Amino acid sequence: MLRLAPIVAVAVLAGPVLAGLAGVLLPAFGYLPALGGEGLSLLAWRQLVAQPGLAQSVAVSLASGLLVPLVALGIVFLFLAGGSGTRLFALIRGAMSPLLAVPHAAAAFGLAFLIAPSGLLARLASPWLTGWLRPPDLLIVQDPAGLAMMLGLVVKEVPFLLLMSLAALPQLRPQARLALAGSLGYRPVAAWFKTVAPGLYPLVRLPVFAAIAYASSVVDVALILGPSNPPTLSVAVLRWFNDPDLSYRFVASAGAVLQIGVTMAALALWWGGELLLAALGRAWLEGGGRGRIDHALAWCGQGAMLLAGSALLFGLVGLAVNSVAGFWRFPHLLPEHFTARHWLAAAPNLAGPLGTALLIAGLATVLSLAVVLAVLENETRGARRPGQAALWLLYLPLIVPQVAFLSGLAIGTGMLSLRPGFWLVVAGHVVFVLPYVFLSLSEPYRRLDPRWVMAARTLGAGPDRAFWTVRLPMLSTPCLTAAAVGMAVSIGQYLATQVLGAGRVATVTTEAVALASGGNRRVIGVWALAQAVLPALGFGVALLAPRLVWRQRRGMRSLG
Amino acid sequence: MLTRRTTLAALLALPLGPALAVPADPTHWPAIAAAARGQTVYWNAWAGETRINAYIAWAGREMERRFGVRVVHVKLSDTAEAVARVVAEKAAGTLSGGAVDLIWINGANFASMRRNGLLFGPWAERLPNFALTDPADHPEVRQDFTVPTDGYEAPWGRAQLVFFYDSATLPTPPRTVPALAAWAHAHPGRFTYPLPPDFLGTTFLKQLLLDLVADRGALYRPVQDATFAGYTAPLWAYLDDLRPVLWRKGRVFPANSAELRRLVADNETTIGFSFDPASAQAAIAAGELPASVRSFVLAGGTVGNVNFLAIPFNAAHRQGAMVLANFLLSPAAQARKQDPAVMGSATVLAVDKLPPADRALFDRIDLGPATPRPQQLGRLIPEPHPSWMGQLATAWAQRYTGT
Repeated sequence: MLRLAPIVAVAVLAGPVLAGLAGVLLPAFGYLPALGGEGLSLLAWRQLVAQPGLAQSVAVSLASGLLVPLVALGIVFLFLAGGSGTRLFALIRGAMSPLLAVPHAAAAFGLAFLIAPSGLLARLASPWLTGWLRPPDLLIVQDPAGLAMMLGLVVKEVPFLLLMSLAALPQLRPQARLALAGSLGYRPVAAWFKTVAPGLYPLVRLPVFAAIAYASSVVDVALILGPSNPPTLSVAVLRWFNDPDLSYRFVASAGAVLQIGVTMAALALWWGGELLLAALGRAWLEGGGRGRIDHALAWCGQGAMLLAGSALLFGLVGLAVNSVAGFWRFPHLLPEHFTARHWLAAAPNLAGPLGTALLIAGLATVLSLAVVLAVLENETRGARRPGQAALWLLYLPLIVPQVAFLSGLAIGTGMLSLRPGFWLVVAGHVVFVLPYVFLSLSEPYRRLDPRWVMAARTLGAGPDRAFWTVRLPMLSTPCLTAAAVGMAVSIGQYLATQVLGAGRVATVTTEAVALASGGNRRVIGVWALAQAVLPALGFGVALLAPRLVWRQRRGMRSLG
Repeated sequence: MLTRRTTLAALLALPLGPALAVPADPTHWPAIAAAARGQTVYWNAWAGETRINAYIAWAGREMERRFGVRVVHVKLSDTAEAVARVVAEKAAGTLSGGAVDLIWINGANFASMRRNGLLFGPWAERLPNFALTDPADHPEVRQDFTVPTDGYEAPWGRAQLVFFYDSATLPTPPRTVPALAAWAHAHPGRFTYPLPPDFLGTTFLKQLLLDLVADRGALYRPVQDATFAGYTAPLWAYLDDLRPVLWRKGRVFPANSAELRRLVADNETTIGFSFDPASAQAAIAAGELPASVRSFVLAGGTVGNVNFLAIPFNAAHRQGAMVLANFLLSPAAQARKQDPAVMGSATVLAVDKLPPADRALFDRIDLGPATPRPQQLGRLIPEPHPSWMGQLATAWAQRYTGT
């Protein structure tokens, strides 16, 4: 039964992935009979190349895909290296679940309202310091190089990579490594980078790859903070897809294929960087340097982490104030009066969409977790890993632009006469949730010391009992973390819910995105906060449950 | 290469929609109303404004009460989502029982759907309440961007380009296109327009072109490659001159009308504009804009049009959709919609030809200080041929992208 797990997983994913992919590739080469594309041609590609600003769009997307994970990972590692055991460390850990739960678009809106010339920071210093009575005409948000967008993405990826690292750390037993290095005279940060980081990076490598894919292809954050003329490639693809002139659907599909290429290029470049670093890093590792600027590095890591956390936090505060604001204009730091009308207007429409979102997320996550656990358990028992090809299949939904992928999926389900609705939405969410659950869980799972299970087996436990009573409890933290990430991914799905539910399955996110298109910051504030509630609960459980369950087991609680 | 130009030029050779059996013959209204009872109509409509959503919810309650038809508002962030759904259904061979029953639509989306055989019809002019409009005096209720609707969509509301500004900081706004440029030069960084091909951004380009072009009549014929550059030269000269004094020096543009309004609300810019004459008043009521905001239109009138409701070729509940479209054309529904406290969209009915009781519904409406009165709206300039819209957006992108 268990041996069928990989086949089931591939079968579950292959259909939708292939349908989605066909929906991208065929129109890119001119085939979409519904819009008069009957034969194969390269016309769409010639039109794509002729689009003004294409090179710049590609450059910004590629830069984002490389710089964002690099900076975010740097901050996380420096923080873990220098912050462990400090008070700030405990504070950040506690604050992380609500911060990670903030939906990307909400975080981007919050950050935009923080750093814009008419935003909270400028108001804080105006007019008493700056003399500004009106917002200055400064290009900060939506800068052509995409720096504001990358900043927003870094701020959002830092909690994600931190959570992934914290979930993977305990099995490395970092305290023992650090103690050993310390006894050899290495200062803390150098000791961490030389003994813990080389073990930790392989465990968080897949989440880093997910961050690369995300940063190079993100749409919602790019729409809010990113450049607009030309926009990132992902936004350009969306615009072509939404063009009233339906012949642009072909250009959009070619653009979607190019987007896949850009994301692959970012991954390949990163992989090249890994090889380079491994070659260069060896000399540094073996050089015996004990860490001369240790203190400064520790300070940097903590400072950057604090900055990222506060940017998210104050962005959220800005949204919260907006949600109860009456008239509120620059340079006033606070609204002239407060009102509950935005919340009261939303209240009757909140409960249903929240419940639907929770139900869909719960089902999609439980299904994904079951499949992933079965695949991984089968793998450890049979010691046979699925081929690389199967793995790429798993990750394809993460790197193919959603708008193109889903149009293929919609055509595929239509051909099978599957009625759009609740269950199709759940199935569609599994396609996007499962990869995240898999990449969150697979390395911690594979690297759990096999001697634990071996010991259980020698004591007479069958493989199933060893799984249920030893392996699963020991992996409860990574499992819960993976489930929380899966929940958050499911709750964040907009297009998948709309397309596969024919717009009839209303979740808190579909309501929020539709209302956000009206640009009313007060309404956005209400819905962004409502949207953050469910993932916050998920991450809260993932962080607190192990501590409650293991309050008698100090070894299971030790972290970083 | 296939351009917007050639595609849109092909509009002239429109086929008359899909040759499908029409089970719901709109000439037998009682039969339609009877068939509609018990249906659930999935109405796909942009949902970015809470007041619009509230109006749609009200219409749904009325439909259930009066006609036994359930209405579900499928909330869209972009009308293109509904168009994409119909395209996917056609591609998958779903020729009946489609998921979209009614779409709020107009202009290029309508032309494109019509051209690709994605709409059901004709039905609209056989709605009983269509007789309350006056196509003879107001041809725009059966012409969408100069393209005849041929009964494939029913008029729903009226929109017109209206400028707004804060009267507390700007006592007299510029009321002509040249005066607007002069004002922008005197106040650098305080004016901008949405990024084409956004609907409002392209509408602004059309407005400028209508004011600057030597021969306005040319804009009501399909665009010609040979003469495009000549007709649009004054427009590009105007925009080149305007660019350095735009907000952010014209390096960034707001994405859409919502962002443009937010710039005025944040006091980043001074003059904004909208295609929804009641939006300023609604934004004041919502606490977004200061109470001192006022509206105006250009001295020579501004471009305006009618927006419509269309039924996809494969809609599952087309009788229910027709009963809904007919109710939305009724004096009661149209008067409620015109009230700025509700939705604030001008009616498509010929109010002066309604019976006195119905006319009174419209006379009672309080428009508020920031909404222009019908007489202030001045002359409505009809939309140019839709081929101009795509061509202008393409030419704009070629000139101003990434520079």
